[in-house]
Amino acid sequence: MEKHIVQGRDTASAGVIGRPLDRSDGPQKVRGLATYGHEHVPERRPAHGYILGAGIARGVLTAIDTAAAEAAPGVIHVMTHRNAPAQPAFGGPTVPEVPQVFTRPRPVLAGDTVHYHDQPVALVVAESFEEARAAAGLIRCTYRREPGSFSLHGGLANAYRPERANAGMATDSVIGDLDAAMASAAVTLDSTYETAFGSHNPLEPHAAVAEWQGDRLTLYTATQTLANVRAGLAATLRIPADNIRVISPFIGGGFGAKLIVHAETVLAALAARAIGRPVKVALTRQQMFANAGHRPAMVQRMRIAAGRDGRLTGFGHDVIASTARIEEFAEQAAATGRALYAAPNRRTTHRLVRLDTHRGEWMRAPGEAPGLIAIECAMDELAEKLGLDPVELRVLNEPARDPERSVPFSTRNLVACLREGAKRFGWDDLPRRPGSRREGRKLIGYGMAAAIRANYLGATSVRVSLDARGMVSVQTDMTDIGTGTYTILGQVAAERLGVPVSAIRVELGDSDLPRSAGSGGSWGATSTATALHNACAALRNKLLTAARDHERSPLRGLDLGAARLERAALIVNRRSEPLSRLVAAIAPGGLSAEGSAQRGETYTAFSQHAYGAHFAEVSVDLDTGEPRLRRMLGVFAAGKLLNSKTARSQMIGGMIWGVGAALTEETVLDPRHGHFVNHDLGDYHVPCHVDVPNVEAVFLDEHDDKANPFGAKGIGELGNCGASAAVANAVYNATGIRVRSLPITLDKLLPGLPVA
Amino acid sequence: MQPFTYERATGLREAAAAVAGRPDAKFISGGTNLIDLMKLGIERPGHLVDISRLPLAGIADAADGGLTIGAQVRNSDLAADMRVRRRYPVLAQALLAGASGQLRNKATTAGNLLQRTRCPYFYNPAMACNKREPGSGCSALGGFERSLGILGTSEHCAAVHPSDMAVAMAALDARIETTGPDGGTRSLALGELHRLPGETPAIETALAPGEMITAVTLPPPPSGRQLYRKVRDRASYAFALVSVAVVVEGDAAGIRSARLAFGGIAPKPWRARAAEAALTAGPAGEAGWRAAADAELAGARQGAQIDFKHELLRRTLRHALTETTRPG
Ligand SMILES: Cc1cc2nc3c(=O)[nH]c(=O)nc-3n(C[C@H](O)[C@H](O)[C@H](O)COP(=O)(O)OP(=O)(O)OC[C@H]3O[C@@H](n4cnc5c(N)ncnc54)[C@H](O)[C@@H]3O)c2cc1C
Ligand code: SF4
Repeated sequence: MEKHIVQGRDTASAGVIGRPLDRSDGPQKVRGLATYGHEHVPERRPAHGYILGAGIARGVLTAIDTAAAEAAPGVIHVMTHRNAPAQPAFGGPTVPEVPQVFTRPRPVLAGDTVHYHDQPVALVVAESFEEARAAAGLIRCTYRREPGSFSLHGGLANAYRPERANAGMATDSVIGDLDAAMASAAVTLDSTYETAFGSHNPLEPHAAVAEWQGDRLTLYTATQTLANVRAGLAATLRIPADNIRVISPFIGGGFGAKLIVHAETVLAALAARAIGRPVKVALTRQQMFANAGHRPAMVQRMRIAAGRDGRLTGFGHDVIASTARIEEFAEQAAATGRALYAAPNRRTTHRLVRLDTHRGEWMRAPGEAPGLIAIECAMDELAEKLGLDPVELRVLNEPARDPERSVPFSTRNLVACLREGAKRFGWDDLPRRPGSRREGRKLIGYGMAAAIRANYLGATSVRVSLDARGMVSVQTDMTDIGTGTYTILGQVAAERLGVPVSAIRVELGDSDLPRSAGSGGSWGATSTATALHNACAALRNKLLTAARDHERSPLRGLDLGAARLERAALIVNRRSEPLSRLVAAIAPGGLSAEGSAQRGETYTAFSQHAYGAHFAEVSVDLDTGEPRLRRMLGVFAAGKLLNSKTARSQMIGGMIWGVGAALTEETVLDPRHGHFVNHDLGDYHVPCHVDVPNVEAVFLDEHDDKANPFGAKGIGELGNCGASAAVANAVYNATGIRVRSLPITLDKLLPGLPVA
Repeated sequence: MQPFTYERATGLREAAAAVAGRPDAKFISGGTNLIDLMKLGIERPGHLVDISRLPLAGIADAADGGLTIGAQVRNSDLAADMRVRRRYPVLAQALLAGASGQLRNKATTAGNLLQRTRCPYFYNPAMACNKREPGSGCSALGGFERSLGILGTSEHCAAVHPSDMAVAMAALDARIETTGPDGGTRSLALGELHRLPGETPAIETALAPGEMITAVTLPPPPSGRQLYRKVRDRASYAFALVSVAVVVEGDAAGIRSARLAFGGIAPKPWRARAAEAALTAGPAGEAGWRAAADAELAGARQGAQIDFKHELLRRTLRHALTETTRPG
């Protein structure tokens, strides 16, 4: 089996954590040597599967005629609900325990009921992808259509209260009396914001290559979290998880769309077993829209009460979001504000409207990304009502402790981000009066918003080994989804073991390796780095003990209490023993140790978040209403950085996501047919380069000693928290038109633009 | 798989005859539209005649002072041609507003004219579509209509022609030169090339089976100033919501001559004759411009999702006329 190892190239070791090293996997990627899910070559020649999706969104598949497909050239097998192997029932829309959402069985082709448009109804397996696809086109399906619900607005009156929100968050929070605060406040704001369905659209589509050896399955795939795929697949196939090996060394983006097992993976495994040959299945770009998650659409009501001085007396956030009838997903948008601003009277709620779509999934910054659109646009509106600078309004309402949990913050530098951002952006000199700045036929406007994102840690183990040549290997089933995991783990090991980065080989994405929490919730880097830190400490102990005790050790019997690992050597007093020589003498087979990370006391005793402030400048064409970003600055405080280059890339990427959600990105659900209409990258408008000129991200120095030994916090999702609101507020400042339904497309601005 | 055969054309007449000889045959040029549609099973040709190597990639000065553009000229080459940039800037601007650099390097003049609509329901084989499957119904009307047209549409199909290049050519009075299977040639005005959907939206052009476009001819550049303005949801790599091509002579005192064509709103590049007439006959200034747009929009399709295109068209035309009648 091919080994996927990424070796560092830098010679630095001491002080290398945080340095802007280039990505160590870069050369492999640009030379096409990094093997992605669908590209893996199994031991035997694989067959290709193509999924046929349902042409209706709700009803029954009353007949399916596969004769022509079965007779088509190259076809090996056609699987439908009639001949698919038995799988456990999916179960109800919710699971008893939060983590079970990641591990529950996800049967495919399990019956004749159609729950959502493009739900798989057949898998055609053929010698080539083209033959499978062409044969799928020959299958004739007959449906009995049932009326479905495809409109969030249509269901608002029947919204229900979920048991809990995503990640186990409380559905509601009530402190004090918001209604009373609203009734008695000098200034109030009550406005409603709408956010659209969104689609992750990682560049690499979901794909799986399944190969069985007896009752053991090897699965090459593209996933953020190997353990989830393994558990979900084991439950679906009813085999022990230990019988499944998942391999996913390189991933072309995930953004939360690759956290759980999806249809292509289940079908590849089922089909490979059925035909006794490896099978490759990938979702097409179009199929990803229905089958691999989306961000729910939301209607969010903000109620804020304030005194004349701008201090909030009430903060209310009521979210109604779409969910799927088949499986609940309650994106925690209303949880966002629970730690953001001080206010004695508070109320946050989540309600859901059942639609006949597939389930929503965790899309980059679930909760915060849509939640901050409502909160931070509302704060902008309130600032105007109060005649206050929006930056000052936020500073005024800075809480001393977590306003709902009443625990201290671990570190909180929101105010510093606001101040630094305002200074760098030149905020204080900019016009606050809406619609007051013109350049030729463009209206120019400026907006800002705060960012907050919860800091998580997930249980993770890492093994680190040192061999007799002085080479270090770092092993875990963690993933690098394009974020820089390979690189930062090399930096951490180099610094902790005193060897150059170029002596570190990192091996990820193989479930035979120690289990990690994977890439999700922005916790991957810090959880894995912490486990690696502990593994390095354990390895160091082993090394020192052996160096002191081993009969062939040149350092035998010395007091190694003050020993240091530096320049690839163990240094004690004035003696320097190269690691390679030392290990060769005392452990010719090498030394290895494991370390782990788990949530400790500080995890709950403190309110842990990363913060930031976004500032945006936009233009709106006076004639056509086209809104375009001109420049954007984000200032962030997220603890210590593990690599300032990959960190900056994360922030810029996140900010661009925010621009997309503000101006261009919307997945359109057809209200009659229940399908996502614009299901490709031609019609789903991700910002292109000219849409995002001049996006800059800056970090403040911060060290969070409550978070982990590095003082680092998660950053993968911070960039798109608040970014959309800053852009939306800038559009308002440019035009004086407050669009409360995002994305802000030109048709929403046209009616309000001046005639001349 | 959907099998098809392939041949490389050896000559114009042979190519035309090869396509005319089989009802399921198609020309292929850059392939940027046809191959995408084949992958989705929307086009299912049984035979492809590759005309990309035919000697039709030249741009030549015509005797009358105009320009003859070979059918195989790449969009990027046409946009970069100095004669086009100097004498027909509206065409260069339109080309550069379309697709992406990579696509323009492959896309050809004739292929661009004959690219098919981007209606998202046309692109989804699970949806009924009269253009894809005559008589099956139109699932776009009453659904997500944002990309649909307002002029020249019918109750059977309201999809728009997506080309930018063709809109500029319509304003420039371009003509299409063709060769038929029998070797016969003909010339037709660009306005005659595309058909309105009426009851037969699947029939999109006036070309006979196997009739091949060999060139586009432009008459000598009209006097006046030229401009192409494309309005879209993102700054690049998106189709027009509305686009306007203008060739105008005039100033604040009035407009002496105007050629206008609109894109993104009709099943064909829309030469706006009613607006042109109103513009030269009507009052000077913005009131007259608005009246001209209204003259063209009389009877335009309405609906909650597409009404914005009416106002957008008026305003985009105003922008284009402001720019082209500005002193100096
Ligand atoms: C992602 C994307 C974005 C795009 N954005 C834009 C845009 O913003 N604006 C825009 O204008 N266009 C846009 N396009 C469309 C692009 O301009 C067309 O795909 C291209 O011009 C087609 O040219 P081609 O040579 O590749 O045609 P082909 O795909 O080879 O052919 C298209 C059709 O023309 C027929 N044909 C070709 N040559 C001849 C001939 N000589 N005689 C008779 N029939 C012929 C073929 O049979 C086929 O039916 C976009 C395309 C893509 C994929
Ligand atoms: S508008 Fe035309 S192309 Fe679109 S679905 Fe209707 S018939 Fe088909």
